[in-house]
Amino acid sequence: MLNCHEATRLMSEGQERTLSISEKMTLGLHVSMCSGCKNFKVQMGLLRKMTRAYAMGASKQDEK
Amino acid sequence: MTVDSNSQNLPEQVNSLLADTAFLEDVRRQMMKFATLQLGDSSQAEDAVQEALVGALKNAASFGGRAALKTWIFAILKNKIADVLRLKQRVVNASSLLREEDKDEDFSALFDRKGYWHTDERPVAWGNPEATLRETHFWRVFEICLEGLPPKQARVFMMREFVELSADEICESMKLTASNLHVLLHRSRLRLRECIENKWYLKGERNVELS
Repeated sequence: MLNCHEATRLMSEGQERTLSISEKMTLGLHVSMCSGCKNFKVQMGLLRKMTRAYAMGASKQDEK
Repeated sequence: MTVDSNSQNLPEQVNSLLADTAFLEDVRRQMMKFATLQLGDSSQAEDAVQEALVGALKNAASFGGRAALKTWIFAILKNKIADVLRLKQRVVNASSLLREEDKDEDFSALFDRKGYWHTDERPVAWGNPEATLRETHFWRVFEICLEGLPPKQARVFMMREFVELSADEICESMKLTASNLHVLLHRSRLRLRECIENKWYLKGERNVELS
C-alpha cells in the first residue's frame, strides 16, 4: 500500500510519463481513500495550468 | 497562434504601443528575468530577449492590445529559449547547476515518519481556480512562490511547465537522468503547491489590505 509521499511522487511523475497499469491501480486505490492526495492530484493539473497562464502573461492582462 | 488580421486601423494602435516606453520596459524586464533564469547566462538571455522583441514587434501590427502583444512576445521568447537550450546540449554549463548540492531534502515537515501527510499539511481543496487566474494579487503570490524554490528546482520546473520542453529534452540539456529529473520536479511541485496553498488559499484567496 502506498503512503502519501509515494503517491505524490507518482502523481508528479504522471505529468511526465504514462504510469503503468499497476502504478495506476495502487495510486487509484490510495487516492480514493485519501482526501489530501485527492486534492493534490487535482492541483497537479492546476499548477500546470497556472504556469502556462503565467507564461502567457496572465499576470498583466488587467493592464489592458 | 494565428497572426493574420488585416484591420485597417491597427498601425495607430501599434504606434501607441511602441511609444509606450513604460510598457515595453516592463515587458523587457520580465523577459530578462525569465530568460536569465532559464539560460543561466545574462548575455545569452540578452540576445534571446532582443531577438524575440524584434521578431514580435515586426508583427505587432496584428495585435489589438497590450495583453495580446505580450502573449505573443513571450511565445516567441519561449521558442528562442527552447532553441538555445537545445543547442547548449553539448556545452557543459550544467556545471553551474551541479554545484547545488543534491542533498536529500527533508520533507518531514510535510509527511510523518510513515510517509503520510501531517494533519495540518494535508492538501485542501482550492477554491475557485478560474477566478484565481484573474486576480492580479494572485500572480504576485505565484511569483514569490516560484522565487522561493531552490534554483535547480525552479529552473527544471520552468523548463518543463513554462517553456514546455519534454522530459527527455530537459534531461539532455541539463545532463540529468530521468530519475533525477523526476525527483527535482516532484520536490518543486510539493514546495510550490504548499506555498500557493499557504500564501493564497488559506488566506481566503484575497489579501484584503492590498485590494
